[in-house]
Amino acid sequence: MFTPAAQAMAAQLGLKPGRANLEAFAETLQTLAQADRNLVAVTSDSRGSGKLAPYGKALPRQIIEVGIAEQNLVGITAGLAACGKKAFGVSPSCFLTARSLEQIKNDVCYSNVPAVLVGISSGVSYGALGSTHHSLHDLAVLRAIHNLTIIVPADNAETRAAVRYAAQATRPVFLRFGKAAMLDVTPAGATFTAGRAVTLREGRDVAFLANGETVVHALLAAALLAEQGVSARVVSLHTVKPLDTATVLAAGRECRAVITVEEHMLTGGVGEAVASTLLQAGLAPRFKMVGFPDEDTVTGAQADLFRHYGISMEGLAATALALLGR
Amino acid sequence: MTDRDLALKSFALRRRMLRLIHEAGAGHTGGGLSCLDLLNVLYYRVLNVSPQTVDAPNRDRYVQSKGHCVEALYTVLADRGYFPDADLDTVCHYQSPYVGHPTRKIRGVEMNTGALGHGLPICLGMALAAKLDAASFRVFTLLGDGELAEGSNWEAAMAASHHQLDNLVAILDHNTLQITGHTREVMANEPLDEKWRAFGWEVRSVDGHDYAQLTAALTTPPPKGKPLFILAHTVKGKGVSFMENVAKWHHGVPSEAELAQAITELTAAEAKLKEAAS
Repeated sequence: MFTPAAQAMAAQLGLKPGRANLEAFAETLQTLAQADRNLVAVTSDSRGSGKLAPYGKALPRQIIEVGIAEQNLVGITAGLAACGKKAFGVSPSCFLTARSLEQIKNDVCYSNVPAVLVGISSGVSYGALGSTHHSLHDLAVLRAIHNLTIIVPADNAETRAAVRYAAQATRPVFLRFGKAAMLDVTPAGATFTAGRAVTLREGRDVAFLANGETVVHALLAAALLAEQGVSARVVSLHTVKPLDTATVLAAGRECRAVITVEEHMLTGGVGEAVASTLLQAGLAPRFKMVGFPDEDTVTGAQADLFRHYGISMEGLAATALALLGR
Repeated sequence: MTDRDLALKSFALRRRMLRLIHEAGAGHTGGGLSCLDLLNVLYYRVLNVSPQTVDAPNRDRYVQSKGHCVEALYTVLADRGYFPDADLDTVCHYQSPYVGHPTRKIRGVEMNTGALGHGLPICLGMALAAKLDAASFRVFTLLGDGELAEGSNWEAAMAASHHQLDNLVAILDHNTLQITGHTREVMANEPLDEKWRAFGWEVRSVDGHDYAQLTAALTTPPPKGKPLFILAHTVKGKGVSFMENVAKWHHGVPSEAELAQAITELTAAEAKLKEAAS
């Protein structure tokens, strides 16, 4: 995932290696389910890829298998939630948010049942498997649906907190997790509130507004930029909807440039959400969106694709310098 | 309520539904008339529900998968006392909560439906919730012929028997007509009894306008572990001569004159039944 230089920078910043967010999710869900018999996970032959095999062994009565049938998975999750169950529907994000989009829209969001949908192996976690297995569209389609909180955690700490939030939410929630081992970016003692972004590093020249597995790269880029006299802010915009507009506007007012970073198509993602927020407030800082352009996406491991599309310490630092005219 | 009482009530319900559709200027007339007896027997005899217990955890659940026939549902719910009859005059009006497909904003409606192939998977979730809680409530859905072409129904059909959901009942309003014409021509779905049996369901074939047959089929428990499929043979447009078995009445709205004729026919049939009863 990281170049030797990026690894050295991570060590210099004291970023501790964590596990995959997916693993942090599964472990947290199991802890919650052990304490609450009302919590159930619903899987579409996805307990292995969802890291839920230990959960399934420990709590066989609290996991429901539906087979490879994502439409049915979401309908069942909605029905369980409508009858008072705290239901987590878990399936690869590429399938969950495309094949069963109508069930998400109608059965969950329009019917307003407190179901939780978990898009696993999201973004280009399955980068080498081709576009069938990429979920680079999911946030765009979900953003266009009313009544859904969308959270893309940056690290294990945000993941654990997001799962706990979702377990007690009274309205629909979508969570998105990747497979790669993460570095811990959340400062000790930080509190997680859905809808409120977390500023990981202060800065005035440029602000990186990132989410999910891209955040750590922005944080490393900020450290690299500091060596060159550029002060970079880094924000984990973990909640895509509702967007923390106050934090976005503060970045637009206080920084000379704003760069959004996401593991998603540039079309309809968090970058466009940030851009519209800034423009409608009359703010027009120098602006760049980093993510996946509208093209036949290159395939390869996630790390390869991140480097290819500039989601790396070196790539993001270069983007910032160019945007600042340096 | 006797079978004859229910049959007599059905005439009033049909008249009310037709007036509603005429006033709204929109609606699904043919399918509404074909499923009305099913709703009548469900809400007056089968379902453990009432306007006083809309939030009771152990109430039976009814989810209308063929959501487009909402006018029949609204009519029966109003008659059952879930909301005032006058509310029916607002169906499909600007900003009325009584939109043209079921919504939970309306007292007594369990889920928002309207896109086809959604009711059965939702009901599986509800039936699983009952099993997990060892609760005794049953879960019912009403399917249409045309919507059986939606693959999600068959995902759910497979999963229901896998999970042994003998507390789940799917009723097919089998009038054999969909918007374009006969299902035979649009997308042949027969033999339905064999298909559902092959998916592991207990299948009961009944006259969907016969209260005694419907009651027996809906209240006799299925074999342990088997979900129940009621193949209810119905007539699209049932009760109005010029609407019966005519596909164009799928969402045809009766004119003033057509409404008057329909009401005359229904009232005459009602009088005939009353006469036979006395």
